[in-house]
Amino acid sequence: MQKFERLDGLVAPLDRANVDTDLIIPKQFLKSIQRTGFGVNLFDELRYLDEGQPGQDVSNRPLNPDFVLNQPRYQGASVLLARQNFGCGSSREHAPWALADFGFRVVIAPSFADIFYNNAFKNGILLITLPESVVDRLFAEVEATEGYRLDVDLEQQRVITPSGEILGFSVDEFRKHCLLEGLDDIGITLQNEDAIRDFEKKHREARPWLFRDGAQA
Amino acid sequence: MAGQTLYDKLWSQHLVKERDDGTALIYIDRQLLHEVTSPQAFEGLRLAGRKPWRIDANLATPDHNVPTTLKERAEGNAGIEDPVSLIQVQTLDDNCNEFGIEEYRINDPRQGIVHVVGPEQGATLPGMTVVCGDSHTATHGAFAALAHGIGTSEVEHVLATQCLLAQKMKNMQVRVEGKLGAGVTAKDIVLAIIGRIGTAGGTGYAIEFAGSAIRELSMEGRMTVCNMAIEAGARVGLIAVDDTTIDYLRGRHYAPAGEQWEAAVADWRELVSDADAAFDKVVTLEASEIEPQVSWGTSPEMVTGIGGEVPDPAEAADETARTGISRALEYMGLAPRQKITDIRLDKVFIGSCTNSRIEDLREAARVARGKKVADSIKLAMVVPGSGLVKRQAEEEGLDKIFLEAGFEWREPGCSMCLAMNADKLGAGEHCASTSNRNFEGRQGYGGRTHLVSPAMAAAAAIAGHFVDVRDFGDAANDATQQQEA
Ligand code: SF4
Repeated sequence: MQKFERLDGLVAPLDRANVDTDLIIPKQFLKSIQRTGFGVNLFDELRYLDEGQPGQDVSNRPLNPDFVLNQPRYQGASVLLARQNFGCGSSREHAPWALADFGFRVVIAPSFADIFYNNAFKNGILLITLPESVVDRLFAEVEATEGYRLDVDLEQQRVITPSGEILGFSVDEFRKHCLLEGLDDIGITLQNEDAIRDFEKKHREARPWLFRDGAQA
Repeated sequence: MAGQTLYDKLWSQHLVKERDDGTALIYIDRQLLHEVTSPQAFEGLRLAGRKPWRIDANLATPDHNVPTTLKERAEGNAGIEDPVSLIQVQTLDDNCNEFGIEEYRINDPRQGIVHVVGPEQGATLPGMTVVCGDSHTATHGAFAALAHGIGTSEVEHVLATQCLLAQKMKNMQVRVEGKLGAGVTAKDIVLAIIGRIGTAGGTGYAIEFAGSAIRELSMEGRMTVCNMAIEAGARVGLIAVDDTTIDYLRGRHYAPAGEQWEAAVADWRELVSDADAAFDKVVTLEASEIEPQVSWGTSPEMVTGIGGEVPDPAEAADETARTGISRALEYMGLAPRQKITDIRLDKVFIGSCTNSRIEDLREAARVARGKKVADSIKLAMVVPGSGLVKRQAEEEGLDKIFLEAGFEWREPGCSMCLAMNADKLGAGEHCASTSNRNFEGRQGYGGRTHLVSPAMAAAAAIAGHFVDVRDFGDAANDATQQQEA
């Protein structure tokens, strides 16, 4: 996983509550068996005026000029400012893959859906939850100021606005650690191999029926 | 010490290790796999040179983008016309082959939607932890299994370690008390719950559904309720074990037998929240007040009773709600205050992991019997949740009832629930759907989904617009008779 320590990034505002994973990456793109290449189809239905197909060359597709990511001032954004319940809906990890592939490393919102929250951190995306009133204010500032950037410091758990205001945020220690170090979860878990084997043995003794495979029946 | 909730019990029974920072290692008893969220996980294993930890904990079946027409299905994988779908289904077969994982392939009679197949085979048992790269894994919580959806990295993690890194959730109890009215179903209960608490209402919680109306439900009804816990924001939905649970499981393929069955049942009986268990939040609904529900917007919380109307954004509580409603109405092509019964439909879809089990099909068939789908309906389709559901329905003659009424009778799969195969809505088309999500574009680009129960969907197919199934032909009669009996 890509490390995340500190990022000074251009902010793009997506002013819409309950952005679901179908909106982040529509299902036709889920047919890929790769982890990469989803960036061009991020927010496909909002971004283009036609219906996208997997594998299609997007350079000829009509762009929706009203969509925020198509506006020149937000080109190169790496911080997404969003509304409540961002990432609700399905468990598709294609959603964070698409965000990361597009270039987003940070999403700031008043709240996130649970599964999306997990998936994003596993892909090196830092999700920052800030109070609704603060997010409101950030929306106003981003819209008012072209080239609005935020300095996001994970180690210190703070976001610094262009005016120098410091917004602290919380993140659980384990996720922070993994992100700072770029650690692979599986490797960490396998350090506990003995504990897992011990548990499994006791579990099997206590509840052998949980270990029946279909072939025994 | 206060008692434990069902969720607390399941959690502590699977806790391998807890870190100081609250992150825990949880042992996973069952992983269900399908073609969409597993290829990158298997690829990850291969790249790292890792082997699955416990092969027999996994069960796979393709469901999301398998075609549902007999013509395409007749030839197995080779019949899949969409080359990208074909690769994905083929990749699942190859991966299961390579790693030795049990798979019900495309034309195996046991193939179907993972969340229908798991319980049907007894591969979901009380007291298990169940995961799948699919958010509707919450379905399996109907069996007092700790079940939730995971992402692809986690699928790989479970394959490699048989564990998941997790944080304990908070406990919420949703009580539905009293008696449901005739014609009102499990689907209406869960839509009403979502309407009440909102799509983020359950975020961070494991929801236990309780109360007399939940106890009265069959296992299939309970699965419908738990299935949509995720639409209420909760990864986990749970229902305590009782006789209904145990009766359902007896004799199923993966279920224990003989002495082990007795021991298992004794253990399962403990899978209830203690009387003095404390919940962080409790929500109560009165069953008798729940009407048949219809969603009007682009989020499952945008739902109302059949007697209701589309809201007026002018009356919204705040600005975010106002723009949300206006945007939804624009997308849905509906006017403020339009009556729900005035919404005209183009297509009807009966299926999905929410409502494609035998009782759902019986319920829809009861409404459709002897009637005809309205001429204005371009397509009305019934897609059974698994090959075994399909077979059972055919044995009961339900397929004939549907076909005579003008419905299409399809092969099992997710189908138009998410329209990854050829079954989809055209732009602007309104669909009465028994699935679980009405997001923009979910059932096809520009498509307009209205979530309803199977009986309501069947009635809408016949009327061409939404109608109250309680005043609808034979269904109403049957229901009254049942009440009188
Ligand atoms: S039926 Fe729909 S919701 Fe259920 S698993 Fe399939 S796509 Fe997901």
